[in-house]
Formats: sequence, structure tokens, C-alpha cells
Amino acid sequence: MTWEQIFPLLGQGVIDTLVVTLVSTLIAYLIGAPIGVILYGTAKGSLFPNKPVNAVLGVIVNVLRSIPFIILLVLTQPVAKAIVGTKLGNQAFIVYLVIAAAPFVARMIESSLREVDGGVIEAAQAMGSSNMQIILKVLIPEAKPSLLVGSAIAVTTILGYTPMTYLVSGGGLGQLAIQYGLYRSQEEIMYLSSLLLIVLVQIMQETISAVAKRTDKRIRN
Amino acid sequence: MIELINVAKTYKSAAGDFTAIRNINLTIEDGDVFGIIGLSGAGKSTLVRCINLLEVPTEGEVIFDGQSMTKLSKKELLTARQKIGMIFQGFNLLSQRTALGNILYPLEIAGMPKAKATKRAMELLDLVGLADKAKSYPSQLSGGQKQRVAIARALATDPKVLLCDEATSALDPTTTVQILDLLAEINRKLGVTIVVITHEMRVVEKICNRVAVIDSSEIVEEGPVSEVFKHPKTAIARKLIMPQSGEGIESVLGSRCIRITFNGSETEEPMVSNMTLACRAAVNIVFANTRTLDGKAHGQMVLQLPEDDSAQARVLDYLRMRNISFTEEVETK
Ligand SMILES: Nc1ncnc2c1ncn2[C@@H]1O[C@H](COP(=O)(O)OP(=O)(O)OP(=O)(O)O)[C@@H](O)[C@H]1O
Ligand SMILES: [Mg+2]
Repeated sequence: MTWEQIFPLLGQGVIDTLVVTLVSTLIAYLIGAPIGVILYGTAKGSLFPNKPVNAVLGVIVNVLRSIPFIILLVLTQPVAKAIVGTKLGNQAFIVYLVIAAAPFVARMIESSLREVDGGVIEAAQAMGSSNMQIILKVLIPEAKPSLLVGSAIAVTTILGYTPMTYLVSGGGLGQLAIQYGLYRSQEEIMYLSSLLLIVLVQIMQETISAVAKRTDKRIRN
Repeated sequence: MIELINVAKTYKSAAGDFTAIRNINLTIEDGDVFGIIGLSGAGKSTLVRCINLLEVPTEGEVIFDGQSMTKLSKKELLTARQKIGMIFQGFNLLSQRTALGNILYPLEIAGMPKAKATKRAMELLDLVGLADKAKSYPSQLSGGQKQRVAIARALATDPKVLLCDEATSALDPTTTVQILDLLAEINRKLGVTIVVITHEMRVVEKICNRVAVIDSSEIVEEGPVSEVFKHPKTAIARKLIMPQSGEGIESVLGSRCIRITFNGSETEEPMVSNMTLACRAAVNIVFANTRTLDGKAHGQMVLQLPEDDSAQARVLDYLRMRNISFTEEVETK
């Protein structure tokens, strides 16, 4: 293959990987964030303690998190079929990623919220804040640096799973690396796409960390 | 205006129930600076948190501003809380908001328009002497400054009461005095009733007009500060009033006075404080005119002796043993 053929291939790979990663992360957050907040709020001694809800959600989250991704992918094929009409391709792969990542996101959000000083919540309650106001105006802003760090972990972890889209005939950098490296012995494509994956992870990680650090007002500057 | 009737709070846990406060009957009048003093674990925080229902009493009633707090709906309770400010030992400021942003918080909760709220918040910053720190984040403020911001924030919604749970316990003595002065000023100028929780008698002494002593979950003594100080009825009150060397200090002064004359005796040691410690008795220096020449003291000093006979005897023995001459001082009325 000539470089003229390789570059568009890699370009498409980057785009596919980014789309799969970002869309999956976004949807995982839309589903996982409320679950994380509910896990936090229903815990004993929290804002709206509710043992049954907390226990049931906790079990679901733990079970999903303990299933290895590749098994989960196989098990949830009917779900993908129901939602996007196919078990194969990047769209279906996004469904698998979301199912795997949302519980992980929920736990991370729960743990970030837990880090918020109880005294601050108490003060907000003493000022007559409702639970909703506490979540939106106290918990999330106070936990913001930790939530951002969590999102960096989430997005890079999800990116790390993207090569498995190869299993469901999806596309992206990972698929290129596997296909051309393993089966067609085009080593330069394998190395380049792997390198691009590493670069993407680094960019996402560093950008989010930098934003988290720069906006954290607990640091004197 | 705040009335606690037979209030009790029992915490339930797997390890068993624990009654943190019981049989609490208290009336705090408008304009009072009311001290609640007790040792650690006595139940002070539980008691004060029952006033704004951060802790729901398991028994009894809390009346604030004519309404029973325990009978309010959820929504009414949130509104009532806006009329009860609270400050804490750990300040509890929002770390991601500036000083100004922190004071704006309760105003946002109360639904005040932004411009009006900002104006009000600036006035409050001015009141607590931090007009120049509006844009500072809590991490950029000292402990005393943080507590000032917390006070301004607690006052934002014009509360009738300010609850202070160990508000000065994390501060050094000088800053403590400044914060207490500010609280006294707020009470005087704005007419805000203040409830002060503390384990330090000097805090009560400095700003309170009434005090309740709480010991092992119950109020054991209550009354005007001067009364409780002069005639503490319980051992725990005496212990709290004179904590320095524990129980035995006799601090109630009598009417007997003696005049000590120094005629060039050695003054290497601080005589009065050593005597106080050795005799476990407080004396009052009524008059002193002494000066030290070449390490020798000259002059006279009049001391008011403790009321207790044996404490008097200890003081006099101490002086005799040191060959310090004294005469009875005849009361001039
Ligand atoms: N949520 C709770 N569950 C169980 N026990 C509690 C709870 N909160 C307080 N207690 C217990 O109630 C007692 C009184 O606690 P409280 O915080 O009112 O004491 P305090 O007088 O404020 O002490 P300190 O001066 O140390 O702050 C303590 O023995 C404490 O262990
Ligand atoms: Mg306490």
C-alpha cells in the first residue's frame, strides 16, 4: 500500500475511534450520572436515604461491572439489536460500550460526590436548601475537580476498549491495527494506528487534567 | 422566641440506642446571647442541631418564632431555616466559590434577584470587615477571615437567630476575641439572637448574658452568666469555670483583704501566680504599687482573698513560709 492509501485509512480510523469513544462516553454519562447521584443520595445518612433502592441499584451496578467486557458484548447482543437494529458495526458497539461503562461511571460519580465535605452539605441544609439545590449548587460544583478527573479516566478507559469493535466488524484505529498487523502483515499500519491511539489517550488525559487543575479553587494561586 | 420543651434525641444504631440529649427545657429570649457549655460529647451539637431540625428530635417540641418546627411541612421547614443562621467550627464554606459567591448562595436559595443579592452580599462583606476580599476563594483566606465570611453568609437572609457551634474553637485566642466581638456587635446592632455552643468558659464570659450547662445529655444548670459564675451549683460548672488546674481551685472571692509590703525582697519568682498555683486559690490584686530595683521589690500590694476559709489559710501560710510580711486591710466603705 502506498502512503496515499494509508493516510485516508488512518484518518478515517481516527474519526471512527473518536466518534465511538465520545458518543459512548456521553451516553454512559447521561445514564450513569443520575444513577451515581441516586446511589449517593440513597445511601445511609445521605440526602434521601432509601435502603431498597440503594441496594437494588448497587447490585445491578456491581453485577454489570464484574462481567468481563467481551462476555458482556456477547450477552447483550439482543439489546443492541433492539436499539440500533443490528448486532454488528460501530453503532452496535456503542451500545455494548455504554452498557459496560455506565455502571462504572455511576460508581465514579458516587465516589466523587462522597468526597465532598459533609460540613458543607450541612451548612447548605441549615440555609434551607432543598435536596435538588444541594445536588446542583453544592455537590456537583464542589466535586467538579474530582468529577473531571473521573471523566478523564472514563474516556480513556472507553477508548482502550474501542479496538474490540473488530469483533463485531466495526471500524477504527484498533480495527486497523488488528487487521493489518495480525492478518495482512502491514506492520507500518499497525504501528501507526497504535501510535495514534496512544496519542489520543494522552491528549484526552492531559487536556481534562489541565482543566481540572486550572479550575480547582482549592489550590492557592 | 426559641423554646425547647422536653426535647430528647436518641440515635439508633445496630450497636444499640444512644440518647445524646434528654429532658431539655430551654427558653431563649429575643436578643439573648445564650451560651450552651459542656464537655466534649455532652450533647451540645445535637442540641443546637435540634433547633433548626438538622437533627429531628425523637421527643418533645421545638418552638421557633411562634411555630412548632417539628410540625412544619418540608417546604415550610426550608423557609423557616432561612430565618435561622448557623456557623460552624470548620467554617464549611463552599471551596469552589469566592467569598462573595458564598454569601450569594443563601440569597440564590431564597430567590433574590442577582443584582439585589450582589448589593446585599457586598454590604455584608463590609459589615464583617472583608470588603476587599470579595473575590478571594476560601483557600486564600485565614481561619478568622473564613469565619467572617461564614458569619456574613449566615446573616444574608436576615435571620432572627444565629446558631454558633464551636465557632471559635479552631481559632487562636486573638482571632477568637475578634470574632466574639463581631458576634456581640451583630447582636447589639442587628438585634440578632445568638446561641453560642462552646466548651470554653471564656467565650461565655465574653459575650453571653445567659448560659446553660449541659452534662451527660442533660441541662444541669441554667441562668444569667453572672449568677452561674458567682455561684456555680454543680461540680461540672465549677470545673468549666476554672478549668486550668482541674477541680480544686477556689475561685470565689471573699471580702477579706490583706496588704503585702515588699521591702527589698527577692523578686525572681512571679509571686502572685506561683501562690495561686501552689495554693489552688485565686486572689484578686486590688491595688499594687511596686517597683523593682536591682532585682529587689519595693512597694505595696493589696490582695483580696478567697471566700473559702481553708483556701485563705493556704494563702496566708504560703506568705508566712516565704517571710513575706502582710497586714489585714480594713475595709473602707
Ligand atoms: N449521628 C449519630 N449517631 C450516633 N451517635 C451520635 C450521633 N451524633 C452524635 N452522637 C453521639 O451523641 C453524643 C453527643 O454528641 P454531640 O456531637 O452532641 O456532642 P458535643 O457536646 O457537641 O461534643 P463536642 O464538644 O465534641 O463537639 C456523643 O456521644 C456522640 O457520640
Ligand atoms: Mg459538637
